[in-house]
Amino acid sequence: MEMTGAQMVLESLVREGVEHVFGLPGGANLPLYDTIPQYYPKLRHYLVRHEQAAAHAADAYARVTGKVGVCFATSGPGATNLVTGIANAWMDSVPLVCVTGCVIRPLIGRDGFQEADITGITIPITKHNYLVLDIEDIPRVMREAFYIANTGRPGPVLVDIPRDLQQEKGEFVWPEKVELRGYRPRIYPDPDEVKKAAEIINESERPVIIAGHGVHISQAYKELLELAEKAHVPVITTLLGISGFPGSHPLYLGMPGMHGMFWNNIAISESDLVVGLGMRFDDRVTGRLRDFAPKARIVHVEIDPAEVGKNVRPAAALQGDARVCLRELNKLVESRERAQWFARLDDLKQQHPSIVFPETDEILPQFAIRKIYEATGGDCYVVTGVGQHQMWAAQYWWYDKPNTFVTSGGLGTMGFEVPAAMGVQAAKPGELVWAICGDGGFQMTLQELATIAEYGWPIKFAIINNGHHGMVRQWQQLFYKGNLVASPLSNPDFVKLAEAFGILGLRASRREEVEPTIQQAMEHKGAVLIDFQVKEDENCYPMVPPGAALQETIDLPDDYNVIAKEKTKAEVRS
Amino acid sequence: MTANGRGALRKHTIIALVEDRPGVLNRLASKWRQRGFNIESLAVGHSETPGLSRMTFVVDANTDAEQVVKQLDKLVDVVDIRDVSHENLVTREMALIKVRCDPGNRGHIIEIVDIFRANIVDVSPDSVIVEVTGDEGKVDAIFELLKDYGVIEMVRTGRVAMVRGGAASHPAPEEEQYERYPGQELW
Ligand SMILES: Cc1ncc(C[n+]2csc(CCOP(=O)(O)OP(=O)(O)O)c2C)c(N)n1
Ligand SMILES: [Mg+2]
Repeated sequence: MEMTGAQMVLESLVREGVEHVFGLPGGANLPLYDTIPQYYPKLRHYLVRHEQAAAHAADAYARVTGKVGVCFATSGPGATNLVTGIANAWMDSVPLVCVTGCVIRPLIGRDGFQEADITGITIPITKHNYLVLDIEDIPRVMREAFYIANTGRPGPVLVDIPRDLQQEKGEFVWPEKVELRGYRPRIYPDPDEVKKAAEIINESERPVIIAGHGVHISQAYKELLELAEKAHVPVITTLLGISGFPGSHPLYLGMPGMHGMFWNNIAISESDLVVGLGMRFDDRVTGRLRDFAPKARIVHVEIDPAEVGKNVRPAAALQGDARVCLRELNKLVESRERAQWFARLDDLKQQHPSIVFPETDEILPQFAIRKIYEATGGDCYVVTGVGQHQMWAAQYWWYDKPNTFVTSGGLGTMGFEVPAAMGVQAAKPGELVWAICGDGGFQMTLQELATIAEYGWPIKFAIINNGHHGMVRQWQQLFYKGNLVASPLSNPDFVKLAEAFGILGLRASRREEVEPTIQQAMEHKGAVLIDFQVKEDENCYPMVPPGAALQETIDLPDDYNVIAKEKTKAEVRS
Repeated sequence: MTANGRGALRKHTIIALVEDRPGVLNRLASKWRQRGFNIESLAVGHSETPGLSRMTFVVDANTDAEQVVKQLDKLVDVVDIRDVSHENLVTREMALIKVRCDPGNRGHIIEIVDIFRANIVDVSPDSVIVEVTGDEGKVDAIFELLKDYGVIEMVRTGRVAMVRGGAASHPAPEEEQYERYPGQELW
């Protein structure tokens, strides 16, 4: 079939099952945009207001669907605006295909208008990238791009297509299969290692599972639950592993690491076995690596061979897809009572209850987040920015629905919250989406309120407005003698701002206003922004100081005594 | 001298089979730079298979060779990569050395060249170019001797290596070992 290059790109997307694309046009991708209407309604394009938002929206879309997220940008500044979003997806192993327009072939390498060497720029932050120079290559490249993005350890792939190629005509030949001799991800673990791992688990007295993003990527929810229950092992989830295991399950222990539960950091340090499941022993999880889990043997279940042995040496390594690995492992594990270990964990939880706050007149950020949890019964998607509010959203919420917590982990990208909420809402039109935003981070991508208004996405924004780059202020208070340089913020009127975009703006500045305001937001059909004017100097604990070991976790202040987790999910709902 | 040449026990020799495409070296170099892998020498050229290049590179002793291999293996353009440091190897390097000389000492230089089974490939009134092939130790040794006459210029290819015996350095992967991820249909 004869097609233009632009048609080939869009035809490939449709064949790959893509329904939604986020992007912004420009000179070098105009032929592509010119062709989009031909593919409507199979393909729906959402116009963002900044390309970074296109990448983040596609990223979040991919996280909650398991499909590849797709974004478009023009050459030069359009493409470079994607870079933060691509790096974010790269760090969190999210499958993206970014299609950028490139200057026409005769101008490549000649510094033509809006030329940026985007394939060169993105080499370190993509799984692979392509500059297509031959019309007949487009279908194969697109097919490979999708295959590479969403197999093995997923990641972003960029395809750069010169404008003249988008206009040229050629024969569209869709390859039957992908042939890449240099790319063969391994899915099935070595049976000997599975046996070894099962023996280690069965022998262990004080085991913990630390589950990461791999659980979501491989959708190993049932398998993880089975492993935990069958072998009777408690489950910790990393920031990106949150909602990979039922939040109100008795075996669930919450998050570890820098702002993890105190009991987890001690439990890991006392454990005799850590099962790392689809996670990479990141420094935010391990604390000072040398002192991480000093008494434990490690079983590492991980699809990326380069992660095995990178930070810790495993006693058994199951290299493959987490779900496939667990299915094999679950056949061999046996239950043990481990009464002493569970008693010890209960003890730690009693002595150091990490989900607590004091009574205050002001709104505590944790309190506001906790009230949103109660109002929603946890039955919604939670998207966050980066900073204190992100940690509280991870702590003061019990995720009982798989894959409902969307956050920027590896790169820690402020400004992720607004566009990521768009991606989630586009992917899940009937679902409730709450974006927990920092007042700082919100201002990095707030232009997207226009996009949200345009498409009528009923996202609920909760700005945890502490008038600060709160996490920066916390570090300055703790480690820089309180020298608050560039952390206080002078903010706009967020309510008026929302109104300017045609979005309902609400404000809660006293504790008793919190619940009614949330209620009002829930009752409103469209998008809502709530400006929660919270206590400015609240800090986030527990905390492992940077460079310290998990054993050195700083606990919450003594006067923190109201337990936040007094209600189960069922109680909250009723 | 060992088969690996002087000091080879401490360095890592890695052989990679890579797609012969523009930009491949950029991708490898990007990993080396980002992850702080210190590359001591690099030699690239066509392999026996059209479309594939084979490269030999040497990383210093302080570099985690396992990480080098694993990180580079993730590149789509790297078809196969192995750390062959502990295998029985033939390693060679070629050097061209331009040495100052005059009719008076040319005989001495020729003597040295003969001992090392090297060749003189260019002669001018005041210089010769010596071509020498061997492991790094041999190249180092002849360079040391020629230095006394005044070396004007030297160029070395870097180490190339091949595993001894009939087996290929890059055996074709067993297909069943590499089951495909079950496509786009997710679990
Ligand atoms: C793009 C970007 N720039 C800078 C930082 C460094 N940083 C981490 S947290 C933080 C403050 C975040 O402030 P806010 O969004 O208000 O969240 P809070 O911590 O107050 O809840 C900053 C500046 C970052 N993570 N991302
Ligand atoms: Mg703030």
